[in-house]
Amino acid sequence: MIRTAVSALLAHWRRRPGQLLTLVLGLALATALWSAVQAINAEARTRYAEAAATLSGAGQTVIRRPAAPIGLAEYAAMRRAGWPVTPQLEGRLRAGDRAYPLLGVDLLARPVAPGPGDPDLTPADLLTAPGRLIATPDLAARLEAVPGLPPVLHDNSAPAGVILTDIGTAERLLDRPGQIDRLLLTGPVPDGAEPLAKLLPDARSDTVAPPDTASLTDSFHLNLTAFGLLAFAVGLFVVHGVAGLAFEDRRATFRTLRALGLPGPVLTRLVLAELTALALIAGLLGVGLGYGIAAALLPDVSATLRGLYGAQIGEGLQLRPGWIAGGLAMALAGALTAGAQGLIRLHRMPILDATGPDRWARSTLRQSRAMALAGLVLITAGFASLGAGGLIAGFMAMAGLMLGAALLLPFVLGAVLGRAARLARGPVAQWVWADMAAQLPGLSLALMALLLALATNIGVGTMVSSFRLTFTGWLDQRLAAEIYLTARDEAQAQEINRWLTGRADAVLPIRRHDTRLSDRPGRIYGVIDHATYRDNWPLVTAAADPWDRLAGGAVLINEQLAYGAGLRIGDTLTLGPGWSAEIAGIYSDYGNPRVQAIVALPVLLHHHPDIANRQMGIRSDPAGADALIADLHARFDLPADAIVDQQAIKAMSLSVFDRTFLVTSALNILTLGVAAFAILSSLLALWNARLPQLAPAWALGLSRRRLAALEVLRSTGLAALTALGLALAWLLLAVVNVEAFGWRLPMHLFPLDWLRLLALALLAGAIAALLPARRLMRLPPARLLQVFAHER
Amino acid sequence: MLLDVSSVSKSYGKRPVFQDVSLSLDPGETVALTGESGSGKSTLLHLIGALDAPDTGDITLAGTRYSTLGDRGRAGLRRNRIGLIFQQFNLIAALNVGANLSFQARLAGREDPGWTAEIARRLDLQDRLEQMPETLSGGQQQRVAIGRALAVRPDLLLADEPTGNLDEANSDAVLSLMLDLVAQSGTALFLVTHSAQVAARLSRHLHLSQGQVT
Amino acid sequence: MNVDRRTLLAALLAGTAGPVWAQGFAGLGSDADGFSRPDPGYRFSFPADHGPHPGFRIEWWYLTANLRDAAGTDYGIQWTLFRSGLKPGETAGWQSPQLWMGHAALTTPDRHFHAEKIARGGIGQAGVTPVPFEAWIDDWQMAGPDPDRLTLRAHGDGFAYDLRLQAEGPLIFHGQNGYSVKSADGQASHYYSQPHYVLNGVLTLPEGPVEVTGHGWLDREWSSRPLASDQSGWDWFSLTLDTGDKLMAFRLRGARGDFTAATWIDPQGRAVALGNGEITLIPNHFHPVAGREVPTEWSLSLPERQLDVTIRAVNPGAWMDMSVSYWEGPVRITGSHSGRGYLEMTGY
Repeated sequence: MIRTAVSALLAHWRRRPGQLLTLVLGLALATALWSAVQAINAEARTRYAEAAATLSGAGQTVIRRPAAPIGLAEYAAMRRAGWPVTPQLEGRLRAGDRAYPLLGVDLLARPVAPGPGDPDLTPADLLTAPGRLIATPDLAARLEAVPGLPPVLHDNSAPAGVILTDIGTAERLLDRPGQIDRLLLTGPVPDGAEPLAKLLPDARSDTVAPPDTASLTDSFHLNLTAFGLLAFAVGLFVVHGVAGLAFEDRRATFRTLRALGLPGPVLTRLVLAELTALALIAGLLGVGLGYGIAAALLPDVSATLRGLYGAQIGEGLQLRPGWIAGGLAMALAGALTAGAQGLIRLHRMPILDATGPDRWARSTLRQSRAMALAGLVLITAGFASLGAGGLIAGFMAMAGLMLGAALLLPFVLGAVLGRAARLARGPVAQWVWADMAAQLPGLSLALMALLLALATNIGVGTMVSSFRLTFTGWLDQRLAAEIYLTARDEAQAQEINRWLTGRADAVLPIRRHDTRLSDRPGRIYGVIDHATYRDNWPLVTAAADPWDRLAGGAVLINEQLAYGAGLRIGDTLTLGPGWSAEIAGIYSDYGNPRVQAIVALPVLLHHHPDIANRQMGIRSDPAGADALIADLHARFDLPADAIVDQQAIKAMSLSVFDRTFLVTSALNILTLGVAAFAILSSLLALWNARLPQLAPAWALGLSRRRLAALEVLRSTGLAALTALGLALAWLLLAVVNVEAFGWRLPMHLFPLDWLRLLALALLAGAIAALLPARRLMRLPPARLLQVFAHER
Repeated sequence: MLLDVSSVSKSYGKRPVFQDVSLSLDPGETVALTGESGSGKSTLLHLIGALDAPDTGDITLAGTRYSTLGDRGRAGLRRNRIGLIFQQFNLIAALNVGANLSFQARLAGREDPGWTAEIARRLDLQDRLEQMPETLSGGQQQRVAIGRALAVRPDLLLADEPTGNLDEANSDAVLSLMLDLVAQSGTALFLVTHSAQVAARLSRHLHLSQGQVT
Repeated sequence: MNVDRRTLLAALLAGTAGPVWAQGFAGLGSDADGFSRPDPGYRFSFPADHGPHPGFRIEWWYLTANLRDAAGTDYGIQWTLFRSGLKPGETAGWQSPQLWMGHAALTTPDRHFHAEKIARGGIGQAGVTPVPFEAWIDDWQMAGPDPDRLTLRAHGDGFAYDLRLQAEGPLIFHGQNGYSVKSADGQASHYYSQPHYVLNGVLTLPEGPVEVTGHGWLDREWSSRPLASDQSGWDWFSLTLDTGDKLMAFRLRGARGDFTAATWIDPQGRAVALGNGEITLIPNHFHPVAGREVPTEWSLSLPERQLDVTIRAVNPGAWMDMSVSYWEGPVRITGSHSGRGYLEMTGY
């Protein structure tokens, strides 16, 4: 009995191979996107953890001797004592009219520097004179134009803005033979190794945790995960649509099987088994595909993470059993979720079920109302979860909003289309609108998929731009001065200050005091009254004349402090015992986990007279900055990293973000592709039902070409409406971001990006309709005439 | 002469439906075509309605030779000069009764609201203009189809078993209405039916049998 | 696109770039421009010859030992320092063209630990001095007042060893007074050994320290182009028989035929060189390891000495998965004679 029933069930797929293909492909694509993101994530996390472990759990540990460079013999002695250290020599290399940071490393040592990709290159070329310079292609091109330098290797994974070379080449170019600026610890120091104090008596070991990276790494991974889930949901809509259609198509078969004596529960189990088998096949396909996608994208992700965090991530991808199992589980869970509705209906279906297409249509109308209601609940729940606070809650909220918006879509679209049909003037327009509304139940799932895909795109776009702004914006504020300098001590700082008079436009002291603000770890900066701050500091809201008020004793605080402590302009903030000040302004401070306040320098010194005065920002003509830096190095005995060139850092961060964009835009296109596939599969599924709608219009005098054009227009129009529906979701997103993260992502609308996205959505709609339209145009009239035939 | 069908032949694949059929209609004339099931009645109607093209021969409607028209031209001819009524009504499900009634006339760009209202009144549909087709009975739906075809003031009305899906009482009423309206508007009617009773109510009666019209 | 680190290092070690394997194992079959060539008339001079010969392209200090603990479990250890010259000669500082690579391994019947270190010459991070004798790379070292009395230390992921070595016999010179011919075309190396070490000390395994004793064998070899261009690798045996006799044997595999050579060492330390074809080496069984098929069981016969033995790997999985990878591990000898030894197979 079972075997007969199974063959009857499976016969359906032979009759509708397209449906089978769509089901498997939809699920496979969903799984692929999910596992690709997971693979990248898992790989990045693992490698990051490995890197963190070798760096003794925290940031990089750097050993340096403040008084003098480290010698080769001292380095060798440390190695022979078992210390896993690798040497670095740093300086600025004059090339033409500019100077570039040059980093000399032991190209033989771990962590290994990027390997250059010239197959004819010999190790002797790299390690012995004249050596090779390694730089990103843009920098390499500039260096190649300069005569007298060693040959330059182009390497996309080289650190941005920095010339990398072997330490042997570096010491020659910088004329510092036998000198090492610092040693990086690359692993745990073995037990019983001679202590540093004995090997390098006057050296210092600092474990520098790069600022903010932990929270940013977390949010990067969390973003990727959220993105992976959304991408998976896009695919799931495809599966749900097809599974529902397959169920409807087989309703008669189910009824017959039941009537012929197959018990209902057995039938339900058979269909469940069928769905499980399909899910496993699709899941395997998807994991394979995902592996391919991840392998293609991983180099960019590694480059991004390395650039952002200095985390060493291998570019090889390992197939981890964890995410294969995870991918299969997701496919299975997805298929069951998508098929649950059909299964439940099958389970409850009476044997004598007289359901016709009319009832199906009515039930979808009811459904769209129910979905809208569920959507509203999700959105509300999303907002409610914000109360919990934190990143996870933030993403829960966002997921709630996105899914909620998707669920609302059919209802809203139905309302819009109905209204449009009533307002339409011409008969064709009226028909097209009304027909769109009629088509909506069949297309709504695909459109929801499109909405999610677009939302994902926007979400990711926002994430990327927030990252970009987190860094560049932060740098722009903090690095308004052309040059930043940290002197060895206060005496040298004063000397430099005197020397700079007349040579620089201004010297801005940077002095700060770490303390707790509103019971959070925070920092108070003291600034002098200078146009640099008035012109550059990004105040979100401010009282009148905030800078004058600052000079008069008021305080400026960052958004984090304002949101966290619920402070507003005019409130009073306690800065220390017996010291409180009126808040005169709030400034944006993207990505900074700490709370922060700014006061006038004399005020800060009044309360904390002893704070160090070694750091300064130097304003000068940007064109002359390089020369000034060179002069400072020549005139004063400064460590190589004591001077920071604002331009170099900005260039570096920009190139890092452009790499990030590479990954995300590739995934974005893939997600939109899946959504287009959803529309296409829905349109093809609706094809048979469409003919009776189109035939009368054709008979009454609309040519096939016109009808085909209208088909494309309809699909494109629906895509456009869906895209517009996003505006709402996006607004909600902006609200959520503030609530969840405490800082506002700047409302930078990138009009071109948005237009591009709209164009992509339209393109997805149009491309999806092209195949059905082409079919319609070439449809023999006989097929249309069958609609009118009596002997149907 | 309004319609001239001259020596047309049609076959589907290797199966010839009819060969060398000729007939003609004058303006305002009403002609019934009867024949066995599968004799090709509907196919001949489709050819006259420019829905399908003959293998050989030609059809001329009000001076326009079909063989000179492309896809777009045929669509224009159907839109402007021909009204079509099918057994299955084939209303546009997405549009309400009022929009269905005026659809073809507006498509052709010559809606006459007075005439459409008159038709609606004559067909007893004036109270149902806002309803959707699926909520109407079969007889009501077919009245909408007749109204839609006549609202454009076609030269020629083509009806394919217009009462085939209706019970006897409805059938009679609908046929009477249609013939009245045709007579009033001076439209020629070419009606395909298998019913001799229906055929008898028209001015001329043709019979298609074994591929020949007699 | 980046060159894989491994390829780069393999190329570094071989002193050449490009398709390394096409030129024989680790480039040993490629041309030796500017480097010295082994000279059949060369007269060894000690202690200087215990130290490096930077005029030659490739050189090694290669110690292997068969060890046993109180329970009778077999262990093998390897301590190797390779020198590879990018150019002939030595200069001080980072510009040194000498590269050093250390390999250390500890093999048990079911596990194989191994580690690698790479360093440049010229800065003191790695090197060899003859007096007092010291060979080192980072904190791995083989050192003592002279090569007869040594301490040996290395460690890696999951293992470490700290051993004392005492030589109880003379140095052995292979081939013709230490001029060891490697092919019919005359490729050769300077090659001597100290096969008479007795060892004791401590192996550190993940589960804890193990006291061991055993015997060891040091190979010293330098050359500039030891392989003919058609030779793809070698199978090398150092065997210590229970009779007190020892045998060094190798087979170089070439497209134009194999080339074998051996040295028979009697219990008194007298060495007899055996030329091409005098010993017969037949692989009996291939074992899949690291995606290759490697012969981990051999038949070796030397009719002249009534020797007909089967040589089996203690642990067939002793693959050295390094910048330059090869098979290296302890073996057991059965048949006409019994005993223990070491097997090295390259180019598989």
